[in-house]
Amino acid sequence: MIKTTMILSKENKKTVEIDVAPNGKPLKYQDLNDKIHEIIQNGYERLILNNVCGQRFIAASLQGDFEIIINGIPGNDLGVFMDGPKIIVNGNCEDQMGNTMNDGFIIVDGDGGDVIGLSARGGKIYVKKDVGYRVGIHIKEYEHQYPIIIIGGTAGDFLGEYMAGGLIITLGLKFLPDGTIIENSHSICGGELGTGIHRGKIILRTEENLESKLGVGAKLFKLMEETKKEIEPYIKEFCEIFNIPFDLIGKKPLQVVKPISKRPFGGNYCGQYI
Amino acid sequence: MRWENYTSPSEKFRNERVFDGCGITGFINIDGTLTKGDKIIEMLEILHDRENGLGAGFAAYGIYPQYKDFYALHFLFDNDQIRLNTEDFLSSKGVVVFSEPIPTKQPSNVDKPPIVWRMFYEPKEMKSLSQDEQMVQLVMEVNEKIEGAFIMSSGKNMGVFKGNGWSHEIAEYYKIKDYEAYMWLGHSRFPTNTPGWWGGAHPFNLLGTSVVHNGEITSYGTNMRYLESFGYKCTLFTDTEVIAYLFDLLVRRHKLPIPIVSLALAPPLFSEIESMDKKYQLALKNIRATYRSAMLNGPFSIVVGQNGHIPTLIGLTDRKKLRPLIAAISEDENTIYLSSEEASFKRLMLDSSKSFKFKEIWHPRSGTAVVARLGEGLIRNGLELPFENLQLSVMGV
Repeated sequence: MIKTTMILSKENKKTVEIDVAPNGKPLKYQDLNDKIHEIIQNGYERLILNNVCGQRFIAASLQGDFEIIINGIPGNDLGVFMDGPKIIVNGNCEDQMGNTMNDGFIIVDGDGGDVIGLSARGGKIYVKKDVGYRVGIHIKEYEHQYPIIIIGGTAGDFLGEYMAGGLIITLGLKFLPDGTIIENSHSICGGELGTGIHRGKIILRTEENLESKLGVGAKLFKLMEETKKEIEPYIKEFCEIFNIPFDLIGKKPLQVVKPISKRPFGGNYCGQYI
Repeated sequence: MRWENYTSPSEKFRNERVFDGCGITGFINIDGTLTKGDKIIEMLEILHDRENGLGAGFAAYGIYPQYKDFYALHFLFDNDQIRLNTEDFLSSKGVVVFSEPIPTKQPSNVDKPPIVWRMFYEPKEMKSLSQDEQMVQLVMEVNEKIEGAFIMSSGKNMGVFKGNGWSHEIAEYYKIKDYEAYMWLGHSRFPTNTPGWWGGAHPFNLLGTSVVHNGEITSYGTNMRYLESFGYKCTLFTDTEVIAYLFDLLVRRHKLPIPIVSLALAPPLFSEIESMDKKYQLALKNIRATYRSAMLNGPFSIVVGQNGHIPTLIGLTDRKKLRPLIAAISEDENTIYLSSEEASFKRLMLDSSKSFKFKEIWHPRSGTAVVARLGEGLIRNGLELPFENLQLSVMGV
């Protein structure tokens, strides 16, 4: 179980609960999103969705201080273009979660799919267990906009591909059904790690030699004290939400992947004219 | 067959908006118990955002136990005359044991259906050619030479039901709910590069091999020419056709084990191969060299059903995982499921009357086959390294 008190606001929010599959028949995603909009119009601030079954685009473009708890399996593009709300998924989620998200907080108490946080421009995505391929592709930062993706388990190939800012942390833990937490025996990430990265950083908690996994333009760095200070609050928050003892994190070193230089691809694309 | 006669060009995109790829699903009961068609329909229909009404189909294994020793041929015909001509042609090369229309919903709920027909057939004994090989030649000949006739499937004790329409329309049209099978495949189509017509709907079949596919095979030309050199003829205007024939070639004719087939179709990059053991390097380089033209390029995820030697369900994605595939095993470990989206599994759990549970749901690695066999269970879960748990002896190291 996750600590929802860490995430949800403490005041008594006006809450409504709806069954997304009345009589065992799942709603179409258009109808579900219409319903969500209607609920917000009626002044509710927290929404509990039960029996979600693959409906896409849940919470698309929603703005403001709204809270959604999802029981079931949300479909592709959960929280696409979202700007502010908090979403808790009790279970796994499908692909493209947090697509082009501007701001907000998505917590997944399970596995994530592929292409999580595609082009995200801000907000936080915490996934307790493993994620698929191309996670954090082209996430970007600008001034106060700073997307953060934390993965409790392992990731597939192309982690942080074309990354243009923000932060990805992968912890490499494994969560057994009985609740114990152990080190994951699978490799922490796949190949082509951070390929095409030109800003931001990827932190991987592992002793593995990642040199052969690096993609084009990515380089391994030692963890600097200032980076450690910067990322520690996020890892602490992650650990508290998912009940992970924080001491466990220190048992393996954190490796940092960053762009090879300030402008690794400056020479491409008419670089000489800029 | 002419595809223009069996499509709906006036309503080319019957969806208001255009979304992504096809939906694929499948499952196998390890102990061979038969499951009614409702289950695969539910698993497929929940993926309705992945289809646009231009094709759907099902493959069912174990549906004709009374004729299990004969080849079950499912046909599409333009008209009755062509049907009679085809029957005459087949009779000249063997025995048509039984011949009848495939029962369909009347009045029809789909556009421009051709005549759908089935025959149970036994080719003449020949010393020089096995029956399977004769059947392959017959299927190729009918599809290529008899104008207005097309064989949808040609395996024993199995059948493919497909057509142009939404998955729920096709399921109703063929009365899929009435069939009982130990292995089902389902496909809802979103055609991108080739016309949506009756013959081009999935599954694609040859003998016992059926394939449902999400993605596109950009190496179609190379694969097609390679297959032509072995006598296969690609006549259906859809890339997936080559996958069905490749599986027939590699598994039935070349007798490769499935994990090796997956390495031939979706091989690791040479840079990855270089970092492996010497023995595996040699094996993989040889596989890549031998099956260079069989390699599938482009994004794909496929579910394959076979009933040749031992009935097998196979799931595979391209090596860069550009299309989704998720696997699950039921709580009693008797049923292995594959699908494009986890929603298919959740859909089964929504039915409160059946209290459905899964032991595990997992995401297989890219380019790694999930293999489940009748009577043997889950052989490979798709999380293994290329040669893990394989008894492989390599000569020349």
